[in-house]
Amino acid sequence: MNDRLPILIFALVMAAIPFVPGMPPFWIVLLDNIGLAALVAMGLVLLTGVGGLTSFGQAAFVGFGAYTTAVLSTAYGLSPWLTLPLSLVVSGLFAVLLGLVTVRLSGHYLPLGTLAWGLGLFYLFSKLNFLGRNDGISAIPPLSIGTFKMLDPGSIYYAIWAAVVLSALVTVNLLDSRTGRAIRALRRGHVAAEAFGVHTPRAKLLVFIHAAVLAGLSGWLYAHLQRAVNPTPFGAQAGIEYLFIAVVGGAGYVWGGVLGAAIVVILKEVLQSYLPLIVHGSGQVETIVFGIMLVLLLQLAPGGLWPWLMSFLPQRTGGKRPDTSLKLPARERTPGQSNVLLQVDKARKQFGGVIAVNNVSFDVQAREIVALIGPNGAGKSTTFNLITGVLSATAGSISVLGKKVDNAPPQEIVKLGISRTFQHVKLVPDMTVLENVAIGAHLRGHSGPISSMLRLDRADEARLLAEAARQIERVGLGDQMHQLAGSLSLGQQRIVEIARALCVDPMLLLLDEPAAGLRHMEKQQLAKLLRELRDGGMSVLLVEHDMGFVMNLADRIVVLDFGTKIAEGTPATIKTNPEVIKAYLGVAA
Amino acid sequence: MNTTIMLFLVQDGITNGAIYALLGLALVLVFAVTRVILIPQGEFVTYGALTYASLASGQMPGTAKLALAMGVLVFALDLFMARKALHGRLIARSLAANVVLPGIVLALTLSYAGQKAPVALSMALSLVIVAMIGVYLYRIVFQPLAHTSVLVLLIASVGVHLALQGLGLLFFGAEGQRGPAVLTTAFTAGSLRFTGQSITVYGITIAFIVGLWLFFGWTRYGKALRATAVNRLGARLAGIRTSLSGQIAFLLASVIGALSGILIVPITTLYYDSGFLIGLKGFVAAIIGGLVSYPLTAVAALVVGIVEAFSSFYASNYKEVIVFTLLIPVLLLRSLAAPAVEEEKD
Repeated sequence: MNDRLPILIFALVMAAIPFVPGMPPFWIVLLDNIGLAALVAMGLVLLTGVGGLTSFGQAAFVGFGAYTTAVLSTAYGLSPWLTLPLSLVVSGLFAVLLGLVTVRLSGHYLPLGTLAWGLGLFYLFSKLNFLGRNDGISAIPPLSIGTFKMLDPGSIYYAIWAAVVLSALVTVNLLDSRTGRAIRALRRGHVAAEAFGVHTPRAKLLVFIHAAVLAGLSGWLYAHLQRAVNPTPFGAQAGIEYLFIAVVGGAGYVWGGVLGAAIVVILKEVLQSYLPLIVHGSGQVETIVFGIMLVLLLQLAPGGLWPWLMSFLPQRTGGKRPDTSLKLPARERTPGQSNVLLQVDKARKQFGGVIAVNNVSFDVQAREIVALIGPNGAGKSTTFNLITGVLSATAGSISVLGKKVDNAPPQEIVKLGISRTFQHVKLVPDMTVLENVAIGAHLRGHSGPISSMLRLDRADEARLLAEAARQIERVGLGDQMHQLAGSLSLGQQRIVEIARALCVDPMLLLLDEPAAGLRHMEKQQLAKLLRELRDGGMSVLLVEHDMGFVMNLADRIVVLDFGTKIAEGTPATIKTNPEVIKAYLGVAA
Repeated sequence: MNTTIMLFLVQDGITNGAIYALLGLALVLVFAVTRVILIPQGEFVTYGALTYASLASGQMPGTAKLALAMGVLVFALDLFMARKALHGRLIARSLAANVVLPGIVLALTLSYAGQKAPVALSMALSLVIVAMIGVYLYRIVFQPLAHTSVLVLLIASVGVHLALQGLGLLFFGAEGQRGPAVLTTAFTAGSLRFTGQSITVYGITIAFIVGLWLFFGWTRYGKALRATAVNRLGARLAGIRTSLSGQIAFLLASVIGALSGILIVPITTLYYDSGFLIGLKGFVAAIIGGLVSYPLTAVAALVVGIVEAFSSFYASNYKEVIVFTLLIPVLLLRSLAAPAVEEEKD
């Protein structure tokens, strides 16, 4: 993603196309339309393919952009260049408004919600008097530079494709940054991202706005290309079509959006001009073919065409190893009032009638490895979720460094220096190990989306990646740094999670079954690493089933059974505790 | 506004609302069993309505041919899937269900073309035709995608909607149609006039709500369908044929859709593309019902119908805007109330 050369070549090729001798003017019109669709599709790629938020309503944002400039440049005589920022702002503001309502919806509610307001807005466009109702607005002035007016499709071509190339560049930049990693983590659920301080609703809103602004840009260009607007191209059908474009091209890839736009626009043109020759019927045959092809595509190539094309190119192996000499400032320490890092006091969690954690109390001191053990269903992972703020306790309290943190969200807990791994690995499989681990350092970076888009974040970014690389090498996965996380073995993925947790610069590390899936040698290395961390001043709280591993490593063991603490003590005392033996073996031995 | 107008609007709203309730129920049913958000539900409505109207007016509906074509495709798919272990009984069964049945129905419709078929026969034929289309649709489009995410299913569903709507234009043309009333009796109570048609609408809606509730709560098949919805793999391990569950769900949905169409086509003129909007209003109700609750969906559908009736009286221009914006506060409430549940997407 760091390589900007293909984009430059693409820009040059697009700039040269109108100069090809004998280029039919009609092709330029098609290219204009492709560019307009590509802008919207690019936003959808970010929203749907990368962020996991499916929207059927993007056409409405195109409408906001188009109508804003149409009204302002006709009724108020504003210059189109002045209406450009206004069009983008209007699209963006409506995105904030609709996004606040929509992005918190889960799963299928979200696409349905977008379908509903998409339709509502379409009817609004076609009923409002000042938008010209069903007839729309005509006689929109063309774009002009000095006395040069972009009247024909050939002259606005450059404006459109400059917008496409710049948007692609900005979008690619955004994805390859601190904010971008947070966005790319969204699709895999929010728990992991939030555990490292990502404010997921804000990240979702951000992609929503980004996609809407790109759609608004497309609308602004559309209005000045057609020089007339009416509600039809902003309806539900168009919204569906944009989604189709993104899916055809490959919803996870920025260039997939451009490819999809090219395929769909050309295909539509071909279908519209040739189908009537084959099938004699009253119109709309292309819709039938369109629908059938969409279904076939989903059945045969659900990933879209871009990744399929890319698989023919030689695989780029390895990336640049980050310069690990760059130092990332340490996490801001909150002055402690206590030597007890973590104090769990009569914590209780009920799910309906089930008591998962029943008045459990224990603490973790500085420089100590504490193990939380117990048979399956003893409430160990629930306890972890209570400590890290994923679940809120029904009763009892949890204090960090002597301060109560009851029901604080995960983002606040991680700021206090408590980081964790998950029992079921929560990595983003299509991101590299390095990128996954860098999410752990999210709170230690500060670049926002705008500076990422403009590439002003590089110094900050280099420090973040350096820290990630240091932690990866620390856990012994230096050779796998540039591999996709999903391609690693499960045991290695668990180790990657530890590296990610270490990037927080934590005082307390919570590990949920870190040794599961590891080979004997790997377990020994893990134990060695954890001892080193403790000797370096960190504390570790771990859940583990491998008794040999726990007994050799832990300073202290807390035993849970059916949500209740039944024993606590050194490994030696726990081994001989009759209650513990009973819990594990079922009868008093 | 006087009471008569108000009562009239309420009555109108309830009649429409009952139809939306039926569609909402079908949507909830299909979603619960197959996780498909059935956008083409609206096409089942128009196909049912226009097939009925065409038959009753002596025209030959293209849907009968479509059913046969889809049936042949299903037969071919069945043969292809079972190519390693073909045996006579399987071929015969698939042939009977997918080729012979639609063939007979097509022959029947052809024999009535040119003469006006009786109302009852037109109804029965339209229901069977749309039911076949519904079941074959599941087999062709959604069964191969059954393991994918809700999103992929949703996009496929949109594709099916586009194709079916386009076909609808081919079959029925751009002209709207009306069909003969199912019941022609009428009586007046006070200032309100009740037609047999609207009474039928109420009756069938209530029957379906109770029927579905009984089916899902108290029968083995109903429970099997619900189990499929919760966990496909688990259901299969417990011996439930999940593809059969999907086909049953689509069968019910297409019958409900077609029936709704047949019920409203005597009241309003329907066009080939009317179904989408009608279906979407059923959706609004289904979403308010959270895509899980039948009674809540039914109540919400009545509210949608009444809101629509009143807004078409006061602000007819903004009728659709109002109905669809109704969803926003509901979504807002849902998102405020919704707990942050982790969704594993693999």
